[in-house]
Amino acid sequence: MQELRKERLDRGVKVRSESIYAISSLKEIMFIIGPGLLLAALLLILPLFVSSYWQGVLKITGVYVLLAIGFGFLANYVGLVSLGGALFVGVGGYLSGGLNYFFDLPMIVTIPIAAVGGALICTILLLPALPLRGVYFAIVTLVYPMALSRIIVATGAFRGTDGLPGLERFPVGIGPIYLIFIVILICLYLLSRLVNYEDFGLVLRGVKDNELSIKASALHLTWYKIQAVFIAAFMGCFAGAYLTHLYGWVGTSLLAQDFSILPVAAAVVGGPGTIFGPLVGAFILVPISEAMRDYGTLRIVFYAIILVIFVVFWTEGILDYLKRKYEQFEHWVEM
Amino acid sequence: MGILIYGLINSLDLILMSIGFALAYGVSRVPNFAHGALFILGGYLTWLFLFRFNIPYLFSALLAVIITALIGAGLYRFIIIRVRGMPISEIIASFGVGLAILEFLRWTGLRGTTYMLPSFFRGGVYIFDIPVDFQRITIVLSGIAILVFIWLFTSYTKTGLALKAIAQNERAGLVLGIDSDRAAMIAVAIGAALAAIAGIIILPLGNIIVETGYEVLIFAIAVSVCGGLGSLKGAVLASFIIGYAQMLTVSYIAPHYHFVVAMLVIVIVLITRPSGLFGKQKELEERV
Repeated sequence: MQELRKERLDRGVKVRSESIYAISSLKEIMFIIGPGLLLAALLLILPLFVSSYWQGVLKITGVYVLLAIGFGFLANYVGLVSLGGALFVGVGGYLSGGLNYFFDLPMIVTIPIAAVGGALICTILLLPALPLRGVYFAIVTLVYPMALSRIIVATGAFRGTDGLPGLERFPVGIGPIYLIFIVILICLYLLSRLVNYEDFGLVLRGVKDNELSIKASALHLTWYKIQAVFIAAFMGCFAGAYLTHLYGWVGTSLLAQDFSILPVAAAVVGGPGTIFGPLVGAFILVPISEAMRDYGTLRIVFYAIILVIFVVFWTEGILDYLKRKYEQFEHWVEM
Repeated sequence: MGILIYGLINSLDLILMSIGFALAYGVSRVPNFAHGALFILGGYLTWLFLFRFNIPYLFSALLAVIITALIGAGLYRFIIIRVRGMPISEIIASFGVGLAILEFLRWTGLRGTTYMLPSFFRGGVYIFDIPVDFQRITIVLSGIAILVFIWLFTSYTKTGLALKAIAQNERAGLVLGIDSDRAAMIAVAIGAALAAIAGIIILPLGNIIVETGYEVLIFAIAVSVCGGLGSLKGAVLASFIIGYAQMLTVSYIAPHYHFVVAMLVIVIVLITRPSGLFGKQKELEERV
């Protein structure tokens, strides 16, 4: 009689550690890169099959995904908690909106300038907190968006509460969705290369876990934090500029709490400690939040509660859970 | 003269707002980012008891303070205790709770001019020809009273001394049989109660609106950062510095700017003296 036993799918593929694999066949390559490819394919195909309302939702989701990835990168790989995604969105949005409104630059120019310039501005603004412990970074990022919106309202810069209307808008259709999704995929790919395969990523983990070891290696701690903040701010500012040209309008609502708290919730729900987790979290939370739009600020209550529940009771997050289950799949093999 | 008097009032305002935050951080090392929400909640509960259930003012205030203190204790006992020692999670969790409270209140309709606490006493007096109403005098007096109370509490009662011991050296405190979790819970609860008291005393000056909650949190943080996180003496001094700085900008530059002053203070202190004026931590520890 033929005897069978159960074997885990990843046996033979996974060696020793999380990131080293011994691959001997195409099937095993598919086992490893399959989920990632599936995700990318889903992102690229999804916009073709949804109604125009959900296309709108996908665009907003894309904005939050970028913010959430930035937050997750800073929190989990550098140890900096940013409570102010709204700062990045606001600076990027106002910069691109201002360039478009006052100088009549087309958006193909304003968006890149806003992404790079905005990231520079944000990094400089956050600079005072970077040589210090993580608590101060959270404090400063929390204060800036609120203070900036007060300053804008008080001084009437950028036309104060009215905002800048009539900016150039993206054409209707699925083009803009692909723009942001492709940016997301590029960011995800580069970031996961960066943190998993480059020395830079290793140093960043050191910054998070043991600053003394970084100092002992004669590396400039603050300089690494600056670079990391720049990367996250770049993504956030791009998201802000994108949002500006999506609505053709800039106002203080770009500095609102939504942009700060939803990315945090998405990153925590999706899976802290992974690059892809925030994406999964945002794709779960943003559509729910859009569906709850009629309930006003009850949405924020909703994510705040989800956030607390996940932080306190299920720190693993959805993606890590799924990953564990995926690797534990068993199949029957002959003995 | 007006600036002197109103600066003093503003400083005591800031002391009231921030002392609870500073106490909770000083003892339990828990940055309670729900502080602003508890401030508003205290005022809102008082309003609720006063106008919906027609309970006398004094009792409704007392009830509101007790309930807020219980919420603070619950916040520590059920949520923060599980993420103790992980600053990132502590901040996210407490901020999340605060946000949930504030935005829930906003959803129930806490905006506009409907929600207003009456002042304790009507009228006012002239001090050196400057009109000052009784509510502001109440703020000054109760601010001083609370400072004295905290000083007495932490120097002469057993619980207060236990809190101080845990703040100074947790391990030594444990050896002496002090339950550090219990001490931290008491500290957070007292911090919450102080936030509610501050809310009840300060809110009659204006309407109860949600944005004030965020402002209070920022002011409390500004005061604590400037005074040195965890130092009560520093917090008092910092309140006076920021209080007078705000008064000066408001009267000589423009109103609307007192929020910006708080932000500038945070940034300047972080650049020049990260441990604050009286920081318990040594400066090197703050600079990772």
